[in-house]
Amino acid sequence: MATTRTVEEEPLTATAEAEAAPSPVPTSPWQHRHLLDLDDVSTDEIATVLHSASAMKAIVQRDVKKVPTLRGRTIVTLFYEASTRTRVSFEAAGKLLSADVINLSASGSSAEKGESLLDTVLTLQATAADLLVIRHGHSGAPYFAARNLTRTTVINAGDGAHAHPTQALLDLFTMQEHLGSLKGRKVLIVGDISHSRVARSDLWGLCKVGAIPVLCGPPTLMPWDLLKGRTETPGHPFASVQVEQDIEEAMRDADIVMPLRIQKERQDAGLLPSLREYAQQWQVNDERLSRLAPNALVMHPGPMNEGVEISPEVAHGLQSAVETQVTNGLAVRMALLLLMATPQGGLNG
Amino acid sequence: MADSTLIKGGRVIDPSQGLDAIGDVLITDGKVVSAGAVVDNPPKDCTIIDATGLVVTPGFIDLHVHLREPGQEDKETVATGSLAAVRGGFTTICAMPNTDPPMDNAAVIRQVLDAAKQANLARVLPIGCATRGRKGKELADMAELAAAGAIGFSDDGSPIADAGLMRNALSYSTTTWLPVINHCEEPSLAKDGVLHEGWVASRLGLPGQPAAAEENMVARDIELVALTGGRLHVAHISTAGTLELVRRAKERGLPVTAEVTPHHLILTEEWALGTIEEGTGELTAPDKFAPLTNAAYDTRAKVNPPLRTEDDTEALAAGLRDGIIDAIATDHAPHTSTDKACTMQEAAFGISGLETAFGLVNGLVERGDIDLPTAIERLTAGPARVLGEAYQSDIGTLKPGASGDVTVLDPDAEWVVDSSTFASKGRNTPVDGITLKGLVMKTIVGGRLVHEATKDSA
Repeated sequence: MATTRTVEEEPLTATAEAEAAPSPVPTSPWQHRHLLDLDDVSTDEIATVLHSASAMKAIVQRDVKKVPTLRGRTIVTLFYEASTRTRVSFEAAGKLLSADVINLSASGSSAEKGESLLDTVLTLQATAADLLVIRHGHSGAPYFAARNLTRTTVINAGDGAHAHPTQALLDLFTMQEHLGSLKGRKVLIVGDISHSRVARSDLWGLCKVGAIPVLCGPPTLMPWDLLKGRTETPGHPFASVQVEQDIEEAMRDADIVMPLRIQKERQDAGLLPSLREYAQQWQVNDERLSRLAPNALVMHPGPMNEGVEISPEVAHGLQSAVETQVTNGLAVRMALLLLMATPQGGLNG
Repeated sequence: MADSTLIKGGRVIDPSQGLDAIGDVLITDGKVVSAGAVVDNPPKDCTIIDATGLVVTPGFIDLHVHLREPGQEDKETVATGSLAAVRGGFTTICAMPNTDPPMDNAAVIRQVLDAAKQANLARVLPIGCATRGRKGKELADMAELAAAGAIGFSDDGSPIADAGLMRNALSYSTTTWLPVINHCEEPSLAKDGVLHEGWVASRLGLPGQPAAAEENMVARDIELVALTGGRLHVAHISTAGTLELVRRAKERGLPVTAEVTPHHLILTEEWALGTIEEGTGELTAPDKFAPLTNAAYDTRAKVNPPLRTEDDTEALAAGLRDGIIDAIATDHAPHTSTDKACTMQEAAFGISGLETAFGLVNGLVERGDIDLPTAIERLTAGPARVLGEAYQSDIGTLKPGASGDVTVLDPDAEWVVDSSTFASKGRNTPVDGITLKGLVMKTIVGGRLVHEATKDSA
C-alpha cells in the first residue's frame, strides 16, 4: 500500500481527486499472491483495486504518464490465444509503471516445438519473471501454472471459458464510475454466456458487490448447470442471478447492458440456427435500447461483431462505454500490477 | 509329493457357496481341497498361513483392466500391471484390447498371454477387439479371437458408435457365446467433454459429458440385445439412469450384465475441484461452492466415463447391493505423470485403480451401504458369472476343485494411499494421500503366495 500511496501523492493529487470515482476508501490490502479469478477476492479487495485504479486513471490522462514504481521488475505476458486489448493493456500498464515487459506468444515460442505448458512456465520463472500474465485457450491453465510456480506470481488474462478476472474488474470499475454504488443495480448480460469467461468472472464480481445480474440469450448458450437450484440451495454463490430469455423484457430498467461476442462457430456447432436469426432475436440495437433508462450504459468486452450481437449505431453511440472500458482496463491493470508486483502490495503475501 | 497350503483360522467368505464361517482353506497342488471346515490334520510339510482375525475370500476377478502392452509400455506392462493386480487382491484380470497394435488378432492376444505367463502373477484373460483396429467399421475376427483365448469383445476406450455394426457384433458374437462389452458413450452428445456435464464442469468452464450420452447408448444396446439374442456386458456404468435401464433389461430376462468401478461408486464430480492442497486425508469430496484454489482442475479426477453426482453414487451403491450390478471392475487406466501434468483438456482420461479398489469398496461396507459378503460377491462370483459357466467352477469360488486363488483381507486396517509405492507404473489416482480402511494382506494364486503386505503398509 505504501507504494501505491507514493504514486497517489505525486503532483497529480488534484487530478486524481477530480477523477476519483465514488469508490469507498479501501479497508483491506490486497491479499493474493496470484489473481486467478474473482471467486476468492473479497469485496474489500475489489474496492482496493478500484480505488487504486482511479489514481492510475489520473496518471494515464496526464501528458507525461510514466512513473518509476516498478523499475527493475519483470513482467512476462504469455499468450496462447490471439488478443488485442488485453495484451496491449497489460504491456502498456507494465511500461507506464517502468517495469520490463517481455511478450511471448505461443506462435514463435517453443510451444510450437511441442514444449509443454509446464516446461514453458518453469522456464519463464527461471528467467526471473516476477509476474506472469497468462492467456490460454484451456480453462484452468493459470491454475496449473500457479500450482507449479514457487516464485513467480500469476495473473489470469483469460482461460478458456472459465475466467477473465481483470476484465471483470475493469467492468466493475466502468460501471461504478458511471453509476456510483452498484448495489441493487440491474446488469444485463446478453448472448453466449455458457462459453464466456467474461460472463463467469463478471457474475462473481457483480454478486460480490450486490448488483443484480440478469442473463439473457438462446437456451443453447445458457450455463444452466451453473444456475441450477441457485435459489433453493443454501450457499449457492449465484443465488441473486436472474434469467430472462425475452430481451425486450430483460432490458426493462437495466442500468447496464452488455452484449457478448457471438462466434460463428456456435452456428457451425448447431447451437444457433443462424447469426441472422440471432441478430433478430437478441441484438442490442437502437430500438431495444430505447427501453433502457436514459443514462444506462452499453458495455462490450470486445472484440465486437457489429451487426450481430450489437448494432454499429449502438456500438459507437452516445451510451456506448466500449472505448472507456479500454482506458479503464489500462488503469485497472496498472493498479493490479502495483498491488501484486511490490512487496507492500502483497507479492510475498 | 503333494504341495499344500493351509490358510488357518480366518473368516472364510465365499459367496459362490453361501459360505461365511470361521475356518480354514486347504489348497493342494494348486486346487482348493476344502474351504470353511477346520482342517485338523493338515498334510505333511503343508505351508501354513495364519489368517486369525482376517477375512479369507476367493481371489478377486477384475473384468476391466488396461495393461497397455504392447505399445504403451511407459504407462504399464503386463508384468507391472499383474503385480499391481495381486497387490490389490486380484488373482484374475481381464485385459482390454486398446493396445498398440490393438488385440484384434490372435497374434497380439498370444503376445499378451505370453507376457502374463512370464510375469507369473495374476491370471490374465484377454478381451479381443469388437471391430478391426477398434475403428468401428467392420467386425474383428471374433471366432479366431475366441479360439486364441479372448473372453469377450470390446472397443473399450471408444464406444461402438454405429448402431448397425453393434447389432452385427451382438448377433455374430452368439457363435462364441462371449459377451460384447460396450463402453457406452454417444459421441455426438459426449463430444469433447472432459468432466460430467454438471455444476463443476460449468463452474470450471469445461465442456461436459451429459449423463444422457451414456444412457442413450445403453438403451440402444439393450434393444439390440432383444433384437439379436447376443450377450451384452455394460462397462463401467456411471449414472442412476443407466442403472435403471439395466434393471429393466434384467427384468425382461435379457442377457445383460453390468459392472461399476470403485471410483464411480464413491467419488463425485467435485473431486476435479482439487484436493492437492486442501486435502484433508479423508475420503470426502471438496466443497462445491468454495472458491477455487491452486489445486483446482485436478487432472487425477479426469476419467471416462466422468465422475458423476452424489445422486448417481447413491443409486449405484444401491444397485450394487441389489445385484443389478454384477461386478466391481476397476477400469485400471495407468498413465505417465506427463499425461496428467497439463491442463484438464490436455490430460489423459483414467485412474490407476487396482491397488486402491478394496480400500474404496470397503468404504461402502463401513458406511453401511452394502455388507461385506455382498461386496466380496461382486469381486468374485459376480464377475465369474459374467465370464460364464466355463469359469464359474474355476475362479471366483473356493469350491473343491477350483483354482487355489485366495485373497486375505484385513477390513479394519487403515492405511494411507501413497501412489509413489504403487507397483503399477500409473500413479494417477485422485485418492493419493487419503486414508482408506481395508487392506489386502495376502494374495495367493494357484496355492502360491504372490503378495504379502509389508508391516508398514498398514
